[in-house]
Amino acid sequence: MIQIRAAGSSALLVCLDEAEQVTGLYLELRADPPEGLIDAIPAAETVMVVFDPARTESAALRRRLEDAAARADKYEAAADQGLDQGPDQGPVVTIPVVYDGPDLADIASRTALSVEEVVRRHAAGEYVVAFCGFAPGFGYLTGLDPALRLPRRSVPRTRIPAGSVAVADRFASVYPSSSPGGWHLLGRTTTVMWDVERQPPALLTPGTRVRFEQAAER
Amino acid sequence: MNGIHVLSPGPLTTVQDLGRPGLASVGVGPSGAADRGSLRLANRLVGNPEDAAALELTYGGLRIRFDAAATIALTGAPCPGVAMNGPVHVAAGQELAVGIPSEGLRTYLAVRGGIDVPEVLGSRSTDVLAGIGPAVLETGMRLPIGSPGKDFPNVDLAPPTGLGPAVLRVLPGPRDDWFVPDALASLTESAYVVTKDSNRVGVRLDGPELKRRVSGELPSEGAVCGALQVPPDGRPILFLADHPVTGGYPVIAVVADADLDRAGQLRAGDGVRFCM
Repeated sequence: MIQIRAAGSSALLVCLDEAEQVTGLYLELRADPPEGLIDAIPAAETVMVVFDPARTESAALRRRLEDAAARADKYEAAADQGLDQGPDQGPVVTIPVVYDGPDLADIASRTALSVEEVVRRHAAGEYVVAFCGFAPGFGYLTGLDPALRLPRRSVPRTRIPAGSVAVADRFASVYPSSSPGGWHLLGRTTTVMWDVERQPPALLTPGTRVRFEQAAER
Repeated sequence: MNGIHVLSPGPLTTVQDLGRPGLASVGVGPSGAADRGSLRLANRLVGNPEDAAALELTYGGLRIRFDAAATIALTGAPCPGVAMNGPVHVAAGQELAVGIPSEGLRTYLAVRGGIDVPEVLGSRSTDVLAGIGPAVLETGMRLPIGSPGKDFPNVDLAPPTGLGPAVLRVLPGPRDDWFVPDALASLTESAYVVTKDSNRVGVRLDGPELKRRVSGELPSEGAVCGALQVPPDGRPILFLADHPVTGGYPVIAVVADADLDRAGQLRAGDGVRFCM
């Protein structure tokens, strides 16, 4: 069941049970934005809805959000049956990856899989961008093979190059720009994840479906 | 060229407008002026649209030279050496030296025509956390001035209101239930002090610890301006314009929109009170 909490005078925090509901509610709000909506920020289990109090009332918006969340349940049902059954599917992005990351051997030993099997499982996944955060264009992708779930590195790296393909916890991602970070690095891509001159600047937006494809060394 | 030559930027001067709302879902925060009311006023005083780009000075200290005659206005934290809260005409080649404000932190300098640097994602604001937008001002930089609009300045002087005591209204939540029952009372009945680690991302506060009832980790959730996020040490951080898009610490309360501009004027050493 959803719970809606006030977050100051111009935002409501919608708390949901499942990541799929978060994506569903976000896509519903994008498809049919309530009057006065300024921003909808999906995260792990919540959507923060920022509104203009001059254009809507909190009570009216709460009702709209409850309705939208009820409609969003169909995304969760679709997710249970596999990605391709999803209604109003987001765009599909295929990202070529050279699997030569510095953490491949470590991931293999910690998951008791071979390096080839780690790569195969990562590339076989069907992912959906659940939310963005951490840095502009950094998408948190759900759909990671449960065997590849590892806690973050105990000591983060001070610099991870842009295009690094990484996993942590139940998420996969690609670092859009060089930054510090604590995720495990599997490989790299030359696909540009973030470019302020591009419209939209982020390749991965919430709801986008993602596949990784093993690319030849280059 | 019709523009501004930066002779000395002071401690921190950035270009700011009303920011880039609506992009948080791709990881881009709102940014924009920390004291939006002062930015809007400065723009009105020179006949600009309220959302035109202006300079946001932190602790004053800016020295500039104008290539051509211009109309300017300064608002926000009052600085010696310049006329505040009214349009001022400057001649071609004239220099302007802004002193250090006696109270408050951020002074806005609007120029008729606006600061005409290129937009990034629909805004000319510098987001110091995400590294998006125009470069922070440096000595030797030149800033272009845009063409004036059709409106003319029609006010000689805005009545200076003064900053007044920093008493900020808060609304509890969204995660007040993560704290012990009297944590909200601690927040509203104690004096907090602004520490020197504060910036456009957030105002760090020192004062009584806000104790948690729930240990454990909060999954990251969307953040808003004015949020009082509480890290494990129990000292709240008040999010300003360049706050991270999501945060992983519980937010005990959020400063009301009407008091956010006052929060943007808090400087290190200032006392703050919160009320409900």
